[in-house]
Amino acid sequence: MWEIIRANKRKSLALFIGMGTVLLLLGYLIGGYIFGQEGAPLGVIGAAGLWLILSVISYFSGSKIILGISKAKKISKEDHPRLFNVVEEMTIAAGLPEMPDIYIINEPAPNAFATGIKPENSAVAVTTGLLAMLNRDELQGVIAHELGHIKNRDVLLMTFAGVMLGSIIMISDIFVRGMFYSGHSTDRYRNRSSRENNPAQAVFLILAILFAVLSPVLAQILYFAISRKREYLADASAARFTRYPEGLASALEKLANNTYPLRTANRVTAAFYIVNPLHNKINDLTSTHPPIQERIRILRSMMHGAGFAEYQKAFNKIKRTKKRIIPNSVLSKDKNVSLKTQTGEHPTAGKMKVKRNLGDLMMTFNNYVFVPCACGLKIKVPPTYKNNRVKCPKCGRIHTLPDKRGKL
Amino acid sequence: MSAFAIFIVLILAIGLLLVSNYNSLVRLRNQVKNAWSQIDVQLKRRHDLIPNLIETVKGYMSHEKETLENITNARSQALKAGTVAEKAKAESMLSGALGRFNVVVENYPDLKANQNFLALQEELTSTENKISFARQNYNDQVLRYNNKIEMFPSNIIAGMFNFTKEEFFEIETAEEREVPKVDFK
Repeated sequence: MWEIIRANKRKSLALFIGMGTVLLLLGYLIGGYIFGQEGAPLGVIGAAGLWLILSVISYFSGSKIILGISKAKKISKEDHPRLFNVVEEMTIAAGLPEMPDIYIINEPAPNAFATGIKPENSAVAVTTGLLAMLNRDELQGVIAHELGHIKNRDVLLMTFAGVMLGSIIMISDIFVRGMFYSGHSTDRYRNRSSRENNPAQAVFLILAILFAVLSPVLAQILYFAISRKREYLADASAARFTRYPEGLASALEKLANNTYPLRTANRVTAAFYIVNPLHNKINDLTSTHPPIQERIRILRSMMHGAGFAEYQKAFNKIKRTKKRIIPNSVLSKDKNVSLKTQTGEHPTAGKMKVKRNLGDLMMTFNNYVFVPCACGLKIKVPPTYKNNRVKCPKCGRIHTLPDKRGKL
Repeated sequence: MSAFAIFIVLILAIGLLLVSNYNSLVRLRNQVKNAWSQIDVQLKRRHDLIPNLIETVKGYMSHEKETLENITNARSQALKAGTVAEKAKAESMLSGALGRFNVVVENYPDLKANQNFLALQEELTSTENKISFARQNYNDQVLRYNNKIEMFPSNIIAGMFNFTKEEFFEIETAEEREVPKVDFK
């Protein structure tokens, strides 16, 4: 586990530094405009100072702020025993030192997020819509995904990156607004004489305006790039913890079909949720999450195991790339993690099975072919089916039919 | 003189190797113990839940004496079990008995509407899950510890200080072994 945490730190650090550069450059240009060329470093110090102060605040009360913005309420075991139990189970599976606090958000949109700077004082929050919609296995998958974020220290990084994004938006907002309202007349008045003999300031002005407009977009793209990478890793961790990728896959499917927007989420907190709560239609650079259908397909193609190696294989197959999301040192150690078969069978499964077995017997006499799929479905192919390949109607895997068929 | 220096360095190097290997063996053994105590907590929890369960369902299931007796017997055997292997065997028996009980419950709609029973069933399911996750963790730790004991050079130190291999906690059920087979009919 430690290698993953370290490797991710390195990758995310590059993006993080990119964001920092944007912030400092913005400070430099605005400083240069206001105080002249010699004053530009002052702007850098100011921008860095703002970020530092906000970071310190969020380090000590970040999760409280986020939970507060999202209107989350802390619960104890009596309020929702099943949720409490599932979090307890996943804490054991993830090997976290302490169980995170549990919060519920009273919202019909199904979603969940994790927060907390250190695993020892972390928290998970889920909406009431999520609890109403998911069964036990699916809830387990979602909670495992969130604990994966905590275990991989994603929350720490996302908090600092989120604060940085907030600072950049704030600085450029103040600057652009200042230019439009008060700044317009007074600045011109004050600086007219000095600007004529100081063309550098004019250059600073143009660059500062340009950058003030561009930097929030740029910072957001970087922020979302960090966030997306972590979603895949948290999915992989969830499969590893539960040994049952189908649980998370079918939960994601349900979340994808939801149409309620989450009213308590905003651009910065969006990255913390399991699926994007803001319903952006465009799945491009400005999305906090990888396309949900892709995440589902990856989880469902984990046929031979539940370990990180299997997730990596599925990832490469679905995305058609050779990109590594999990470092090699972990993959070599994590080969044989067996999948768990369905945990809690549906209450009526026993009776249904008897009926089904009878039906199957009849079909066998009629030359039907049975193909068991890794997602748990048994595909029954009629003898009139001509193609020699069949697609699973539930998960979309392609199966090749045995060719003895029809020649009986 | 230089031969003496080399000798000293050699002694120091061996000493360092000895200490670091000894320490990592101790650490791994403690991790195994810690992982075991996590399982033990959950096993106890399950044993405590069973009398409650029997008490709740007795009124509803007067015709299922045998099923309930099986659970009680499996529980008392599990309580008596001492070694890891014995416990593993007793616990898989108990899991089996509870599994059969869950099938029988399907025939009692009244019972399934009982809030008290539903709460107990959730607790039992969760405890069962916790046992299996704690077991994964325990077996991982045992594997690392046993590997360390067998591998050179720590095997020498393990022999000197009497570190012995730990048993795995294996509960093999039929379903876990089952692999999807293609039916070539």
